[in-house]
Amino acid sequence: MNFSLARASLIAEADLVGIAGERAVCDPRGVLYFPDLRLLAVSDLHLEKGSSFARRGALIPPYDTGATLLRLQAVIADYQPSIVISLGDSFHDGGGAGRMHQSFREQLEALMVGRDWFWVAGNHDPDAPADLPGETVRELAIGSLLFRHEPSKVRLEGEISGHLHPCARIVQQGRSVRRRCFAGDGGRMIMPAFGAYTGSLNVLDRAYAGLFRHETLMAYMLGAARIFAISGSMLRPG
Amino acid sequence: MTEQPRLAKQHAAVLLPEPFIKWFGEKGWSPRAHQLELLAKAQAGQSVLLIAPTGAGKTLAGFLPSLTELANRPRRKAGMARRGIHTLYISPLKALAVDIERNLGKPVEEIGLPVTIETRTGDTPSHKRQRQKLAPPDILLTTPEQLALLIAAGDARRFFEDLRYVVLDELHSLVTSKRGHLLALGLARLRSIVPGLQTIGLSATVAEPDELRRWLVSQNPPGDMADLIVVTGGAKPEISILDSEERVPWAGHSARYATPEIYREIKRHKTTLLFVNTRSQAELLFQELWRVNEDTLPIALHHGSLDVGQRRRVEKAMGENALRAIVATSTLDLGIDWGDVDLVVHVGAPKGASRLAQRIGRANHRMDEPSKAILIPANRFEVLECRAALDANYLGAQDTPPLVDGGLDVLAQHVLGCACGAPFRADDLFEEVLTAAPYASLDRPTFDRVIDFVATGGYALKNYERYARIRLTKDGMWRVSNPRVAQQYRLNVGTIIEVPALNVRYVKAGSKGSATRGGAVLGKIEEAFLETLTHGDTFMFAGKVLRFEGIRENECFVSNAPGSDAKVPYYGGGKFPLSTYLAEQVRAMLDDPQRWKKLPEQVSDWLRYQADKSVLPKRDDLLIETFPRGNRHYLVAYPFEGRLAHQTLGMLLTRRLDRAGARPLGFVATDYALAIWSLGDMGAMFKARKPSLGTLFDQDMLGDDLEAWLADSWLLKRTFRNCALISGLIEKRHPGQEKSGRQVTVSTDLIYDVLRSHEPDHILLQATRADAATGLLDVSRLADMLSRIKGRIVHKALEQISPLAVPIMLEIGKMPVNGEADETLLMDAATLVEEAMGPGMVEE
Repeated sequence: MNFSLARASLIAEADLVGIAGERAVCDPRGVLYFPDLRLLAVSDLHLEKGSSFARRGALIPPYDTGATLLRLQAVIADYQPSIVISLGDSFHDGGGAGRMHQSFREQLEALMVGRDWFWVAGNHDPDAPADLPGETVRELAIGSLLFRHEPSKVRLEGEISGHLHPCARIVQQGRSVRRRCFAGDGGRMIMPAFGAYTGSLNVLDRAYAGLFRHETLMAYMLGAARIFAISGSMLRPG
Repeated sequence: MTEQPRLAKQHAAVLLPEPFIKWFGEKGWSPRAHQLELLAKAQAGQSVLLIAPTGAGKTLAGFLPSLTELANRPRRKAGMARRGIHTLYISPLKALAVDIERNLGKPVEEIGLPVTIETRTGDTPSHKRQRQKLAPPDILLTTPEQLALLIAAGDARRFFEDLRYVVLDELHSLVTSKRGHLLALGLARLRSIVPGLQTIGLSATVAEPDELRRWLVSQNPPGDMADLIVVTGGAKPEISILDSEERVPWAGHSARYATPEIYREIKRHKTTLLFVNTRSQAELLFQELWRVNEDTLPIALHHGSLDVGQRRRVEKAMGENALRAIVATSTLDLGIDWGDVDLVVHVGAPKGASRLAQRIGRANHRMDEPSKAILIPANRFEVLECRAALDANYLGAQDTPPLVDGGLDVLAQHVLGCACGAPFRADDLFEEVLTAAPYASLDRPTFDRVIDFVATGGYALKNYERYARIRLTKDGMWRVSNPRVAQQYRLNVGTIIEVPALNVRYVKAGSKGSATRGGAVLGKIEEAFLETLTHGDTFMFAGKVLRFEGIRENECFVSNAPGSDAKVPYYGGGKFPLSTYLAEQVRAMLDDPQRWKKLPEQVSDWLRYQADKSVLPKRDDLLIETFPRGNRHYLVAYPFEGRLAHQTLGMLLTRRLDRAGARPLGFVATDYALAIWSLGDMGAMFKARKPSLGTLFDQDMLGDDLEAWLADSWLLKRTFRNCALISGLIEKRHPGQEKSGRQVTVSTDLIYDVLRSHEPDHILLQATRADAATGLLDVSRLADMLSRIKGRIVHKALEQISPLAVPIMLEIGKMPVNGEADETLLMDAATLVEEAMGPGMVEE
């Protein structure tokens, strides 16, 4: 083990998930951390979604960017990654970075200092965010892993993506629980959306058709302090 | 207040124009005293509240001032300008407006009056609305939402400048809701346009007529009231409680035991109206009746979730007296007169004395003939409640909920509506809003915050100035910033929030709806219920047993499932809490063995056993029983304050018991009682005064404990959603698309979480907390109770369960604890996986 004690305490061996031979932590806060690579992946931040709505007349609270950055700050402080990959739809629209309040911009820039930061292009933000450091890429291959925004139609081992905002639902004792989740089949992994205003889509929805091997599909549902690994056969649509 | 008939006749000649007197004569009628009295007051320039029982000729009374004035009005000559609306009639139900058009049209035609009457509701086609704007009818029959729309139109001033009267029907039911708040603000607006405007309120009997009298007129000067006319009398209804030969169950709500006896009554009468409290009860009773319907009597079903077409067919058949019985929920509650109903059966306890009176009013709507009604209690506590309701009805007691301060979310909607109509000055609008009774005590800083909210969201972080919906211009006027704002406002007007619901559509069994487009739509069912179903589950809806086939977009596909074993739909809405007044009556009855004689023997025996084994609570006491059972300890309290207040109490008590080390495991609440179970011996703890019951039930639980619990509660999130929609923070509908609850693009739960952590004092959260305190949580009622029982708690430590505790103990495990989806379920599921696959199953 070559990571520090502080970080080691966060990671129990049992919580590690295998993706194409790499070991990763599915953090209940919705980020994926690869201890061996010191790499943190986060997806679908949708920063400035609030102001994007406000432009169209729905004046929802302008605190989503602040809330999202605060949570991002916390996970970065915990894991101290040397690489951060934001897996696309980092901003809700192309103008998002430009609209960001100065204080938030400074907060974000502070997080980026001292680490390699990659903005993967998403469908909401195909271009590099205005006036922000970091490298914008279409996709990124590291070791046996491939990071991209939208999951590709063909099954790729080691692909880490976002875009679909997966959630899962189970019914127990006539009651239903729905949570955001990581969805994986051992080969590829689709990450939950991280942004404060991001909704979610059930992993059994048609949009996921053909993406997973059904027999090994697992939903890692986000709990308050831990992940709940639920096998695909127990999941419900809706 | 009513005058002698002879006097009335002389009166009539003075007040009524000749054609009216002739018409009454031809009909062999004479105008009733209260009709003339109202006419006289109206002609003297007064606004009036008329309180009268059903069948007293309220509608005609309400319109007489308008009709007589219109009869005397000089005819419009060619070339004269078009006249605007003369009288606006507002009712809570579209169906009522349509009904009035028919009922009023008849005398107008027979008297030969040159008066045009038209309806304007959500169903009115747009070409007709356009035409109404150009050539307004003399009398316009409409709903509160339509009034809001008319006010938000640019031509509002011109449209209403000739307005003389506003007639408000079923006022008692309008004023208690947010629709009432919106309507009160609309009226204030109309009074600004037409300063001499008179209002006529028509209402069933209410507890506090003065509240309605203030509501009808400008509250400048404060406290001003409309005149009051009360019509008493009417024949006393004949109400009985079913004295069943069967055993009345301890618990449950189905009243299934009484089905054969109900059926016998239906056969004995011409038309029977059967009321139940919830839609699921309606479905169940309907099924049960058809099961015993050997004579295949035409028995129909009517509730708010059914498809509109289906409901209209039932109403039509009812009007034609083609039905023998109708099973209905509150959708048929209000004053619509259809057919010759000669019996009302109320299944389940009525929950409030006023509601009972209203429903019984449906039978035999001739005021001078007694109505006939039978109450069917579904369980033993309901027997007590029915008895109390019955006594209350004879006492003429009433329990309309107290009016609450106007909602700030509603005010926000109104402010935007005003701006859509015409630019406004904040000072003027504030003055105007204060004249509306629900807003009479609004302070200026709060009003200004509402304006700020409408303009830019009212956030401490000033980020949205450039996106303002309304802007203050140099001349001191607030104006909408672009026409799109007005367009969006019009699509989202109103305060009625639909719970997310899906269409229920027929398909062939097993088709999952993928291949076919499917058959008829049966109605709508709440999403939350459908989510608990899985393919192949059966449930009752629209009077049928259906199999769940799947969900596709916003439709739920079902197929016929012959056979009778079905899950009953669970509906969030439609369950009323026990009224304060009835609760008091029930407590009084328990305390008075003399009154038990009126109860069926099996019930009075039950109370005697209770007195023997434990104790019966005194009228103002709170009885707490503790006893062990299995490996658990139970606490049962009997506050009789209604399910909502008990639920809140249960939440708060379990928090406190947890802190005291009692290790509580769960609780269940009914209208009558609350049961908590724990691992620790609560009885022993109370005896040792660790804690004492006095401390446990101290009012201070409504402080920090409430705050802490509320913050994360689904109750508050649901309330916030309503406030967000009504206030216009998010849209119910956006131009060109209709969104289902799921598709509202940013979930209000997420907005709530973000807003609460960043700006807990935001005006919308303030509005949410105010709503929750009166609505879902019933905090005010709980507060009254806690202060009432101070020093009056009676603790009975028992060795075993008491007779009074049996009903609530039977509810344990049956009632889903609402909404609070907890992680223990996830834990169970995850554990299952671990068991099946072993730990570390994901390591490769």
